Amino acid sequence: MTMRSFLNGLSLSLVMTAVMAGSAALTAKALAETPEKKGLAIAKEIDRRDLGFQNSSTVLTMTLKNKQGETSTRELRTDTLEVADPEVGDKTLTVFDHPRDIKGTAFLSFTKILDPDDQWLYLPALKRVKRISSANKSGPFVGSEFAYEDLTSFEVNKYTFVWLRDEACGEMQCFVVERRPLYEKSGYTRQVSWIDQEEYRILKTEFYDRRDSLLKTLTSTEWTQYLDQYWRAHNLEMVNHQTGKETILKFSPYKFQEGINEANFNKSRLARIR
Amino acid sequence: MKPTSTKAVSPGFAKTGFVAGLATVAVVLAGTTGLWSATARAQDDGPTMILGAEFELSGYVAGEFRGFLDAPALPGQDDRRFEPSLILQPEFRLYWDRERLTFIPYYHYDPADTDGRTHGDIRDLSVYIERDSWDTTLGISKVFWGVVESRHLVDIINQTDLVEDIDGEDKLGQPMVNARWFSDYGTIGAFVLPGFRERTFPSASARLRGFLPVDTDNPIYKSSAEENHVDGALRYSNTFGDWDVGASYFHGTGREPVLVQSVNANGEPVFRPKYDIIGQAGLDVQATLDTWLWKLEAIHRSGQGDAFLSASGGFEYTFFGLNDGYEDLGLLLEYHYDGRSEGAPVTIFDNDIFAGARLALNDEAATELLGGFIIDQRTQETQMTFEAERRITETWFAGVEARLFLNADEGSTFDKESHAILRISRYF
Repeated sequence: MTMRSFLNGLSLSLVMTAVMAGSAALTAKALAETPEKKGLAIAKEIDRRDLGFQNSSTVLTMTLKNKQGETSTRELRTDTLEVADPEVGDKTLTVFDHPRDIKGTAFLSFTKILDPDDQWLYLPALKRVKRISSANKSGPFVGSEFAYEDLTSFEVNKYTFVWLRDEACGEMQCFVVERRPLYEKSGYTRQVSWIDQEEYRILKTEFYDRRDSLLKTLTSTEWTQYLDQYWRAHNLEMVNHQTGKETILKFSPYKFQEGINEANFNKSRLARIR
Repeated sequence: MKPTSTKAVSPGFAKTGFVAGLATVAVVLAGTTGLWSATARAQDDGPTMILGAEFELSGYVAGEFRGFLDAPALPGQDDRRFEPSLILQPEFRLYWDRERLTFIPYYHYDPADTDGRTHGDIRDLSVYIERDSWDTTLGISKVFWGVVESRHLVDIINQTDLVEDIDGEDKLGQPMVNARWFSDYGTIGAFVLPGFRERTFPSASARLRGFLPVDTDNPIYKSSAEENHVDGALRYSNTFGDWDVGASYFHGTGREPVLVQSVNANGEPVFRPKYDIIGQAGLDVQATLDTWLWKLEAIHRSGQGDAFLSASGGFEYTFFGLNDGYEDLGLLLEYHYDGRSEGAPVTIFDNDIFAGARLALNDEAATELLGGFIIDQRTQETQMTFEAERRITETWFAGVEARLFLNADEGSTFDKESHAILRISRYF
């Protein structure tokens, strides 16, 4: 698996086993002759440490804040299914519970490596399942400060990486790595991430818009390690510096390798999904 | 205000079915509210449990305001131009691990049309059982097939609830046994459909009723079993890369009636709906190619005059992130062809073009606007539609819909029926 997907990849967070951490860091350094190679090695290591999670599910609350401090919330559930074939991406299923006017709205996404993702949307009012275009990468997800591309796959081959420097981040030491999207229609020229050297968690990311001005900052906190391997952040804060708006995601504890029905990752099931 | 008759509450639905439904409603309501209040205190700790299932109540109440541009043109039509009405749709669900009970009653009270538009329906009263490679729905439920936006040719399981809106998107609950099998080769669904639902029509005094009132008390059935004819359908669907394909076959009482000119018991001219036994094969295809959605629906129907072919197709092209902003603009173009001849129900979509635009602001309020028109190639008669909707607060939602009938000949069906609807909904 080279992919990670919707809301799971959203955390861009993913991190890895403690057993491997020390040697992996050494390996990354040893291979890294140029900033580009070092950046790529770090990205691959982030990716490698999230392999084998099989499936996960979580519930999250999304709080949207505008400049005046007014808030609105959305509640959603998301299931992620890791696909063993490295040539195929993960599958994710997202169902909305709140606000009530979109209750039952379901979103199914099959992430692809090079091709556009396959996405279906279920609209409960019409009982209609609709295949939708996945070309809306830079568009806001349900009116939030998260764009679709922030929420879909982190896939090594979709970016070029450059290691910029090592830097202290709080009590930890971080790699600072820049990545530039290779895929079309991105809203960003580049993203700069702070990745802790111990566990390879992406703690913070800055997003630069098409004019290369700082657009947003994502900070990921409240980390928990699952199954002695997989790190997930449970609090994500995205601040838009240009509009002053903010979106906070609070995740309930994840469930790994339990209670996921693979058969539900089927467009025909969307209309009957809970 | 006169009391609502059973007929008005559930036109065309087998009365025994309705009584049984109503009894179930009463039992479920009484049961759930009783148990609900009994367990209300436990709610802070988690979901309310009933019979080992998680109970959930949701739904909406809506106020609708419908206004007409012109005074009515037809004799007997209520002459108020402004028509408020009230809609209630609670949704009760019980979730077991892989089974579910759903109950969705619906009621619309419209004082301007107490015999037609004022009606109730059971949109859903079903048990759903889900397993890894199959699932089944038993009871009254709703199913949608198709891909085209401006006409729904292939969609045939549920009867149109025409009194709600003339766009044909509102449907009545249909009794069914539906079983589906899932595999790598696609999804196969089989339907057994006992209990035919008659189409709802506005009453003689209502707006948007058409040239003659429809005598829904006296339908004509081709089958001697009348509304008890058991219909059946098969459906196959699958995805092949960018292509989503569905194929279906239906045999039974056609949902679309032929309107036969007749006289009612009082000697007044009316239309009687005539329901034929039809066979209908359907195909729906969508190709999703980057920002293009290409769509096609086609049917072949026999049993109503000569067998005929109808097709609708077109595209939806979306400009995502207009001017580097958040808004998406979609352009839609669809063409409708219909090969039906005498003996088949009349359609407005015989040789028509639909052109429209959809603007999604992608804001917190989920604001969306849709404008479009359908032009008849032959008569140039044009129906113009405008829809807008947005969230007002987290529980209130508003929608506006306007429909203008332009270039209509004097005396043509909807010549004087241009109207706008404002709907304010409170979700819970």
